[in-house]
Amino acid sequence: MAVIADLSIPFLAPTFRFQWEEVQNCHVILYPEGMVKLSASAGEILRRCDGQRSVADLIIDLKQQFPDHDLGPDVKKFLEEAHEHGWIRTR
Amino acid sequence: MSMAGSAPVSPIAVKPPLWLLAELTYACPLQCPYCSNPMEIAKYKNELSTEDWFRVLQQARKMGATQLGFSGGEPLIRRDLEQLIAEARRLGFYTNLITSGVGMDENRVRAFKEAGLDHIQVSFQASTEELNNFIAGTDAFEHKMEMARQVKKQGYPMVLCFVLHRKNEDQIRDILDLAVALEADYVELATTQYYGWAYHNREQLLPTRAQLAHAEMVAKEYQEKMKGRMKIYYVIPDYYETRPKRCMDGWGSVFLTIAPDGTALPCHAARQLPGLEFPNVREKDVAWIWNESPAFGRFRGLDWMKEPCRSCPEKEKDLGGCRCQAYMLTGDAANADPVCDKSPLHHLVTEQVERVQQLAGQKEFEAKPLVFRNMANSKRITENA
Repeated sequence: MAVIADLSIPFLAPTFRFQWEEVQNCHVILYPEGMVKLSASAGEILRRCDGQRSVADLIIDLKQQFPDHDLGPDVKKFLEEAHEHGWIRTR
Repeated sequence: MSMAGSAPVSPIAVKPPLWLLAELTYACPLQCPYCSNPMEIAKYKNELSTEDWFRVLQQARKMGATQLGFSGGEPLIRRDLEQLIAEARRLGFYTNLITSGVGMDENRVRAFKEAGLDHIQVSFQASTEELNNFIAGTDAFEHKMEMARQVKKQGYPMVLCFVLHRKNEDQIRDILDLAVALEADYVELATTQYYGWAYHNREQLLPTRAQLAHAEMVAKEYQEKMKGRMKIYYVIPDYYETRPKRCMDGWGSVFLTIAPDGTALPCHAARQLPGLEFPNVREKDVAWIWNESPAFGRFRGLDWMKEPCRSCPEKEKDLGGCRCQAYMLTGDAANADPVCDKSPLHHLVTEQVERVQQLAGQKEFEAKPLVFRNMANSKRITENA
């Protein structure tokens, strides 16, 4: 079931921590006694889940920064996964 | 660290530690007989100061450690815990408090949150007041319940930890119902690991095969039922396995434990291993300890292995198992973990397991008292040893 629509506004769940790790050279998700290392694109997407912009705005923003990539469907797919893991919530 | 321009001494690329376990104190109001602290807890009195811990946190974080566990003993006994949490959070650690809940109240739970604590794991000894208080050796059950509710109420992810053994294994359904009622996000059904006090009490704690089969069935049922709401971790005791666990994800590979007196250890049980000189953070910095100390290099990688590990096709998978278990059961820390059925000493494990199958439930066998973890017992037992 798709929970990520163009107008959903995603934000990071308060029970997870998202941060940049210098030594790992990537963004990570931290949770009780665990860590997930994120790919560069996953990091760029989650960085924009700020509870301010909608999914559509977030995709426009990514397209501006990475004009050579067709991001739309991949972004939504990743956000669905992130939602399933509980990393993000939407309003 | 190697000199600029010189080749590294070891051919093994040393990855930085990701996990720092800060054992703040061996003092504890509980007396759990399954505790994995060393039996010698009464000997180590010289606890690190707040400044020592600040320095350790800074050094470990600089190397790339992200997860920090405040543990013990009971970490709540340290009056500077709020300060340590605040410093850890400032440095960017994900901070875990691993506690019995005894020594905390609503206000302290809030103060920790304000200091930046990410997660509190509350341990229970059983699902009923009577058994819980018996195993804990103190009257703590109602207070733990209240603290678990506070953890949830104040917005922490809630992890409940139940250590399982023969005396409470059959309560598994009630234990999981309790976790559901408390709305736990994660439940750790932690099987007793036979180190320290638990090793001493091994015969009274080891569950039977029938108990494990039942517990596994119930755990699976709840994993299915609570999917998406509650994550349940369940692992069977390695004594019942035929391949060893990948202990600590490898010696000197991910985990760094600092004992209350500042001794740096690759795992919290390693202190007992003979012939190793574990460095102390009062004298050495964390980078030297991790990268260059002989003790942390001793069992790193695969080169230290003897047969049957050396020629085993699975050696990279389990890394030969647990060094402490190899030492405790076979007398040589470089042997294969005898949990492995390729070990010529595997019978040392199976004999123990079979003995428990035969004797469990018999009045005389069950009547042997548990030795509770406290300073008086520590002195009595280790001074006579």
